[in-house]
Amino acid sequence: MEHAVAATPAWAVLAYLVSGVLFILSLRGLSSPESSQAGNRNGMIGMLIAVGTTLALHPTGLPLIIGAIAIGGGIGWVIAQRIQMTAMPELVAGFHSLVGMAAVLVGCAAYLNPAAFGIVDEAGAILAVSRVEMGLGVAIGAITFSGSIIAFLKLSGRMSGSPILLPGRHVLNLGTLVGILVLTGIFATDGTAALGQGPLLWIILGLSFLIGVTLIIPIGGADMPVVISMLNSYSGWAAAAMGFTLQNTAMIITGALVGSSGAILSYIMCRAMNRSFISVIAGGFGAEADAGGPKASGPAKSYKAGSADDAAFIMQNAESVIIVPGYGMAVSQAQHALREMGDLLKKEGVSVKYAIHPVAGRMPGHMNVLLAEANVPYDEVFELEDINSEFGQADVAFVIGANDVTNPLAKTDKSSPIYGMPILDVEKAKTVLFVKRSMGGVGYAGVDNPVFYSDNTMMLLADAKKMVENIVKGLNGGGH
Amino acid sequence: MDFLSILSIFVLAVFVGYYVVWSVTPALHTPLMAVTNAISSVIIVGALIAAAAGAITEGGGLSQWLGLAGVVLASINIFGGFAVTRRMLAMYKKKDKKPAASK
Repeated sequence: MEHAVAATPAWAVLAYLVSGVLFILSLRGLSSPESSQAGNRNGMIGMLIAVGTTLALHPTGLPLIIGAIAIGGGIGWVIAQRIQMTAMPELVAGFHSLVGMAAVLVGCAAYLNPAAFGIVDEAGAILAVSRVEMGLGVAIGAITFSGSIIAFLKLSGRMSGSPILLPGRHVLNLGTLVGILVLTGIFATDGTAALGQGPLLWIILGLSFLIGVTLIIPIGGADMPVVISMLNSYSGWAAAAMGFTLQNTAMIITGALVGSSGAILSYIMCRAMNRSFISVIAGGFGAEADAGGPKASGPAKSYKAGSADDAAFIMQNAESVIIVPGYGMAVSQAQHALREMGDLLKKEGVSVKYAIHPVAGRMPGHMNVLLAEANVPYDEVFELEDINSEFGQADVAFVIGANDVTNPLAKTDKSSPIYGMPILDVEKAKTVLFVKRSMGGVGYAGVDNPVFYSDNTMMLLADAKKMVENIVKGLNGGGH
Repeated sequence: MDFLSILSIFVLAVFVGYYVVWSVTPALHTPLMAVTNAISSVIIVGALIAAAAGAITEGGGLSQWLGLAGVVLASINIFGGFAVTRRMLAMYKKKDKKPAASK
């Protein structure tokens, strides 16, 4: 009996364990920016150990393998250097799809050559437990792949971000899911499948690719932070399932880490929108936004519009300004101009802080990265719960490209779709400067924001980047 | 290793993951996703085994090529994921500090 995995030498088992521990430390390092670089290095060392150990155990076919690593590594390296920080959400979605596809390929390879993976019994049949792991691993991998491709297309604007609602999609999705599970059960018990024959695994694979698409297309743009976290989680579970097949501790530890990481991020994102995970997955949120919504179609309410010079004047004479960035800032790439504005204000003795809502942007932490890119020191950037009490004392709340996350209806209007969502209390500041492209559009939730029409609000209607650049000009002109 | 030992490692690792991830500062959630992406590509281990074993098994050609394709995809992710994380983390700077180690 050839049982390659069981015969893994002790040193290799320990090496994989070390690499698993290093992966834990790599996430641990992210608890603060100071330790984060060291954490990332731990991750790289862990990966090096895992790959090195595997190559030492299986030193055949090396030229092709090294070629494959060089090709993939080169592509990855170039992408990482060139990618713009605003494109991070679609990059991460794209990377998720690759993990998913890699899991599918490994699962299929194990199915076709089970002896190499040490998952056969004396008669050469694939072990039943391995077939369960294989079926689940391939299914999760395929869902991760096709789901991430859809998320990538939506995030990069190659596909409309608005929900696509198929008739009877819940029945369709549930049916497909049950089908996948039932087929995996049959796959585990079927004698033909044990010998690596029959179409069962390929059917599971096909159905999983399909459900990945149908699961993600009904989910709208504003829910993307949840989707991307969820797919992050799936990619972890796919790696874990393959780790079970290979009895590899590095893969199992990593899979569990990544799986729980994605799940926690999904939970944080859902909580920040006061929505249940189920309702996000069910999709359709924001589908009516384009239809105008009942509140937006009423008689035009009056609001105060201001110019860049007005804004510059108000902020110059303020003592404290809190800047609230949102996805609109990312779209217009206004982060650099914004930092310049903040620097000029600080020179005038104004206290400048940034307030970040957890779901501002398209992925967890999106705004923080963009501000860091623009050289905003991270100790000027605050999370919602840390800064919300300060709006009451602030002279100016400068909202740029955010909308729903500042809407006080979330606190008062029980009928509102965003009711209960924790928001940034910008309306409590003495003056609210609200940068917005035009008065026409409402937020993703399709809800009008009463802050627009409040007496202490001045609307700055323009492209975010242009507006901030003009304010910078105004500050420079007035400063002399 | 038997199935139960592996399951034990898995369950304990889920708990470790739970506590470690909650301790990650929200400001670093994007790098967290990028780095988890990179480490989940440890699935390359499976792809390497398939590519290596396929080269010496009779009739292992298809699984060898599947393995090699897996190695390419996982490598994109490993190099891309760690490099982009490094690039992002290098941007996080404190106030009033001399420009720290840039990328």
